[in-house]
Amino acid sequence: MEKTIEGKAFVLGDNIDTDQIIPAEHLVYSMNDPKEAQLYGRYALSGVPLKEAGLPNGNIPFIKGEEVTSDYSIVIGGSNFGCGSSREHAPYALMKAGVKVVIAESYARIYYRNSVDGGFVIPYEAKEKLNDVISTNDELEIKLDENKLINHTTKKEYSLNPLGDILPILEAGNLFEYARKSGMIA
Amino acid sequence: MGMTITEKILAKASEKNAVVPGENLWLNVDVLMTHDVCGPPTIGIWKKEFGDKAKIWDKKKLVIFPDHYIFTKNPHANRNVELLRSFAKEYDIPNYYDVGTDRYKGVCHIALAEEGYNIPGTVLFGTDSHTCTSGAFGMFSTGVGNTDAAFILGTGKIWEKVPESLLFTFDGELPKYITAKDLILRVLGDITTNGGTYRALEFNGEGVFSLSIDERMTLTNMAIEAGAMNGIIEADELVEKYVKERSDKSYEIFKSDNDANYRAKFRYNASEFLPLVAKPHSPDNIDTVENVKGRKLTKCYIGSCTGGKLSDFVSAAKFLFGNEVKVPTFIVPASTAVAEQLDVETISGVTLKNIFENAGCVIAQSSCAACLGGPMDTIGRAQDGEVIISTTNRNFPGRMGSKKSEVYLASPLTVAASALTGEITDPRDYI
Repeated sequence: MEKTIEGKAFVLGDNIDTDQIIPAEHLVYSMNDPKEAQLYGRYALSGVPLKEAGLPNGNIPFIKGEEVTSDYSIVIGGSNFGCGSSREHAPYALMKAGVKVVIAESYARIYYRNSVDGGFVIPYEAKEKLNDVISTNDELEIKLDENKLINHTTKKEYSLNPLGDILPILEAGNLFEYARKSGMIA
Repeated sequence: MGMTITEKILAKASEKNAVVPGENLWLNVDVLMTHDVCGPPTIGIWKKEFGDKAKIWDKKKLVIFPDHYIFTKNPHANRNVELLRSFAKEYDIPNYYDVGTDRYKGVCHIALAEEGYNIPGTVLFGTDSHTCTSGAFGMFSTGVGNTDAAFILGTGKIWEKVPESLLFTFDGELPKYITAKDLILRVLGDITTNGGTYRALEFNGEGVFSLSIDERMTLTNMAIEAGAMNGIIEADELVEKYVKERSDKSYEIFKSDNDANYRAKFRYNASEFLPLVAKPHSPDNIDTVENVKGRKLTKCYIGSCTGGKLSDFVSAAKFLFGNEVKVPTFIVPASTAVAEQLDVETISGVTLKNIFENAGCVIAQSSCAACLGGPMDTIGRAQDGEVIISTTNRNFPGRMGSKKSEVYLASPLTVAASALTGEITDPRDYI
């Protein structure tokens, strides 16, 4: 696992549900066919109403035109990120779009599990509502060893909640790699 | 210290005498359920991770219901059903309920109950957030993603954190114009869409145990709308009777101890309840029907695992009997068994099906249909500019189709009353 992650922030509101992360009509693409699987990146966050996409100003598309990856690799959410449907396609779509980390005040349980057990995107918990103080396009750096977030644009630093029990699963790669390493499965 | 029903079931499933909230456990899973949206990727992960040695831990415990995108021309969606079909054939899966055969059942959560997979005291995981519905049978049930499901498919085990429990007690009798939907909307308004995150919602009291099985499932079904891990109601004689009619499996009835520990307790008098709606665009944006009545509608929708059960249609038919709807109104039975009952159940000698047809409703085939929007040709799908009142479970932006539509969630009584006027209408006007 990378020790430092750098990228531009894409800021969203509270209660971003999985229908907004990947709308239901897109859940039909193959995840095994590499070309078709790119469509999950293409439509990542396409359900977010445009005026609420890329806060504080909004009206910033996460994906430009027909592209399949985003310029933004760090998503900043608020409370209850990933609520709603259990679709694992949600963190998967963010990963396909090039997102490495989501930082939110809190997560819905199934989204959180899916992020970790599938090894798609690191779900960091913030100690405060960072979507109120970080702006889309801010240049961010996350130091995983120190659980620290640096905003190079505003020159501010924030401490993040340690990943705790889930760190070994993320370090192993996913739940299966973790289970193999710990001897649970062959 | 005593334990809650959820803690007792998780202790049993992890072969421990006692568990406490926050503890991570490895559970033995009794049933794994999947469907056409999450089944194919689950199978893909299972094959990739276990390779040539990929083996289903216990075929009898795997249940597959295609139900989400069934009646569509979308080639990707149809390919997913074909993938399930060939998987079921290759591995000789006994509990596969194929589309286009008389085994087709419709929406998984209701079919799990009808087909005898909901057994008190057991643990059921499913690749769908509304898997918490099965908790109405005094069991632990919750949704997981594809990776977790693939892990269960190969091992029969999964880790889970023991949730803290919230207790909701409903005293008193429900008035005639109130259904379980109004109760759970009230809970959502009080605790919000993240008030139950990583927690169990336990329901009890006279107002709950006087409910039918169908209505109890409405309560547990929407536990996920509060972010909860599971919703649960202790099994009583009504549940035992229902289960015995459908399964010969042994069951164990757990009850919460009097000194069990709850994160919080809520107590309501059900007899004082008012009809409620969740306004756009969140299931916790609760208001009384009285406050929003008169809002013009373009469509009414009665369906889904939440609001497409027989009890929901019986409620709606009481108002629609002998009347005509003013806006397009969709009747989508959750399961094929419910659809069959529409031809059997009568009010004053008229079948529910005839009541709906005479009222001018569109009756669709059983599936998840427009509850979650689905492919563009899905019946009832929300179009730009629509204002819909629905018995379903979510009204997030775009949930039922267009991002430029508005959805109000309400009870089948409120939706039926609104269908008769074309605007949001208080069911008390028709009682």
